[in-house]
Amino acid sequence: MTTTADEKRLNPLVKIAQSRRLQSLTILGLFVLIFAVFAVLSPSSFLSQTNLEGIGLSASQVLILGAGVTFLLIAGGLDLSVGAIIVFSAVVAAKIMAGATAALEGADRLGWPLWGPVVGGALAGIAVGTLWGVFNGTVIVKTGIPPFIATLASMTVILGLAQVWTNGLNVSGAPSELQTVFGLGRMFGVVPWPIVIAAVVVIVLWIVLANTRFGLRLYAIGANPESARRAGINVGRYTVAVYALVGALAGLVAVIDVARFTTATVNGYSAIALNVITAVVIGGTSLWGGRGGMGGTIIGSLIPATLTSGFVILGLQPFWQNVAVGIVLLLAVAVDQYRRRKLSAQ
Amino acid sequence: MSESESAAAAAAASSGSRNGAAVPALKVTGVTKSYRHVQALRGVDLEVRPAEVHALLGDNGAGKSTLMKILAGAVSHDHGTIEVNGVEQNFAKPADAQAAGIETVYQDLALAPSLSPGENLFLGREIMRKGLLGKLGFVDRKAMSEAAVQQLQQLGARTPTSHVEVEALSGGQRQAVAVARASLWGTALIMLDEPTAALGVAQTTSVLDLIRRLRDERGLSVLLVSHNLPDVFAVADRATVLRLGENVLTTDIADVTSTDLISAMTGGRSLGDTAEASASAHADAPTTPKDQS
Ligand SMILES: Nc1ncnc2c1ncn2[C@@H]1O[C@H](COP(=O)(O)OP(=O)(O)OP(=O)(O)O)[C@@H](O)[C@H]1O
Ligand SMILES: [Mg+2]
Repeated sequence: MTTTADEKRLNPLVKIAQSRRLQSLTILGLFVLIFAVFAVLSPSSFLSQTNLEGIGLSASQVLILGAGVTFLLIAGGLDLSVGAIIVFSAVVAAKIMAGATAALEGADRLGWPLWGPVVGGALAGIAVGTLWGVFNGTVIVKTGIPPFIATLASMTVILGLAQVWTNGLNVSGAPSELQTVFGLGRMFGVVPWPIVIAAVVVIVLWIVLANTRFGLRLYAIGANPESARRAGINVGRYTVAVYALVGALAGLVAVIDVARFTTATVNGYSAIALNVITAVVIGGTSLWGGRGGMGGTIIGSLIPATLTSGFVILGLQPFWQNVAVGIVLLLAVAVDQYRRRKLSAQ
Repeated sequence: MSESESAAAAAAASSGSRNGAAVPALKVTGVTKSYRHVQALRGVDLEVRPAEVHALLGDNGAGKSTLMKILAGAVSHDHGTIEVNGVEQNFAKPADAQAAGIETVYQDLALAPSLSPGENLFLGREIMRKGLLGKLGFVDRKAMSEAAVQQLQQLGARTPTSHVEVEALSGGQRQAVAVARASLWGTALIMLDEPTAALGVAQTTSVLDLIRRLRDERGLSVLLVSHNLPDVFAVADRATVLRLGENVLTTDIADVTSTDLISAMTGGRSLGDTAEASASAHADAPTTPKDQS
């Protein structure tokens, strides 16, 4: 049967395949190292609860979005419109909440008269985000336009619509109760809610990606859509579903921000889509689809926030964070590309 | 039908197939297919007996791939009938052909390179966890991996099954995974499109071995599309030659030389040999060469 020459040849290639796990471990090691250095250099400030919470809060956005983008990149997709979807969803949520608050002026603001519209606004924000995701996925599946171009176009359209709707102005007026109870509140008075939500989203999606048929088929679709199609998998439906997931998470991030600031910010999200892709790719998920995982995404999301806070505490310019993250991104993609070449060369 | 049942049925059938009594695994009658102005198939008859390796030969453009796609349910035909194990079938989509027991190994393999061999074997037909977890969509990786090991061992393929990406396997090992996948699900017919085209000598030998095992140990019928006549003589029991969308020759491999096959494929000069071979095919099977008038 298969010759021993085959088996000998396999050995180094098995190592290459396993080196993917090595990349996740390397990035974990890098994170531990960064963390340890800051902790040693400035234990009192860096390890303070306020600072760690700050890192968690600033990473929570990227974590939530990164969980969805991990699914998307594994399935061979890409979404540049995440920031625009956040803006649009935030405007929807804030308008509904602000309208209800204004209508209740002077009345008894406690209880369901207030919380009904707040919950409604939140759900509407997430629903609208999901719909934009479905729109992205459908355009890509139906027209075959590459995701990069399709979502670049939809980013421009969605942001433009939000700006037209708001005249380019922020939408304020969401109830301050939302901010005190939830946006700045803590679960059991301990952990800030945005961090709790990010943790729940990441853990649930991690389990789904690693254990379910949905997750397994996304890997297959990203690796070779034609083989997935021939295996009877409805590739189009899975593609739309995964863009919808990213849209829904963008809606969720929008609602959390409205709760934190009582305002929908129209001009604050231009870099977030790229920051999220950066975090996911640093974490070892392939830009070429079919490979990756949630563990790496968690680390990849924490590294930029950790670097920023550490540099600030050490009195260095926080902008060094950009330089460092850019270099790590370059290395991560170079390693991935090298591995792909090695594998396809044989 | 369970594996043992199908093997038993096939064994019984193959003993009877020499005298033509058995129900054919596949019977294609008068199948035509046009692409706008091109008539790719002009009425093809083809009969594959139970537990035989049947070679489908023909020059470029003869219609081999078109016929395969029709039998795989990827393309629909215009006229004619297709019977699988005596039951007439109408394939509207690939899943219909699969449900009828036909599995296809495409020339470009169609495996997912970053998944393990085990995951590839079960792609699209995953084994789910029992109980609530299964209802929630959880897959049973362990069961799939074990079944894959068993399947590959039965076929005699020395291929690592878990913790390895298919992309890290050699061409022959990948082909083994693709064949194992087909044989895991196919109950009537396995179609292979040029399975050794990209392989070296040793790997070609192992894939041909694999094909024999499908026939001898699984009792499956194999339709082998190939340009490689040595391969055909090594494994095939019978062969059908297509030319310009028609079958021009069906014969026992034992009754012909490669010159006969080549002249049938090209419509070449050695007509005497071809006529002889056709005559033997006449006596042997209902799939006779068509009267080309
Ligand atoms: N999708 C299509 N559209 C138009 N014509 C087609 C299409 N597919 C096949 N044909 C034509 O049908 C005829 C048979 O093609 P087919 O691919 O079945 O031949 P083949 O025997 O597989 O040849 P090869 O050995 O080159 O693979 C050819 O003339 C081909 O040009
Ligand atoms: Mg062909």
